[in-house]
Amino acid sequence: MLHSIDITKERCPMTMVKVKLKLSQIEKGDMLDVLLAEGEPLQSVPRTAEEQGHHVEEIRKEGAYYHVMIRK
Amino acid sequence: MERKKLSIVCFSGDFDKALAAFTLATGAAAVNWEVKMFFTFWGLNILKRKTGRSWIGSGILARVFNFLMGGKKTLPLSRLNFGGVSPLLMTGMMKKNNVATLDELIDAAKELNIDFVACEMAMHILGVKQEDLDGHVKDVAGVATFLDVSKDAHIVFI
Repeated sequence: MLHSIDITKERCPMTMVKVKLKLSQIEKGDMLDVLLAEGEPLQSVPRTAEEQGHHVEEIRKEGAYYHVMIRK
Repeated sequence: MERKKLSIVCFSGDFDKALAAFTLATGAAAVNWEVKMFFTFWGLNILKRKTGRSWIGSGILARVFNFLMGGKKTLPLSRLNFGGVSPLLMTGMMKKNNVATLDELIDAAKELNIDFVACEMAMHILGVKQEDLDGHVKDVAGVATFLDVSKDAHIVFI
């Protein structure tokens, strides 16, 4: 199942907090599409997702933002 | 993989320092650290159920102290407080810039299952009981317990 979250309006630490809470709500095997801005979110979200045992399948630029696809 | 641990001693009841403590706590929990927050002395004000000024506590002095210190809504800014106006202005500026407010950070800390522990000794001095504090406070403990649960954790004092 595909879920999505937009953290482009969030600031530290809520960027990471929102992704963490969303990942905790979805089922294992589900995909989360995180829309985020470059800089700290783009650096931290994929890295910490991998550290927590999730799989980052794709990072795609769209306009000024990025889609980070995380498989739980 | 073993989770990293962070224990934060929330000693200060200043608005800005509470923000720093909860930012660090929620940020760490969001990247999967196991986080405990230990509230002592002025830090207890952040957790009082009565968020404004109220006469809680046992004994006249304790009641006066608690009234003057107030709760979460009356935390002073550590500098340039201007009689309590600055924390309100600061919260407005934070909202305008999409930065999480103290209330939002505290709610996030609860959602992230961060443990809140209240200092037994400070509560005793101030005559504050566990029922006077936020329901998320699961434990009232002393320094020995705090050190024991934090023995392989990073400890930060704010």
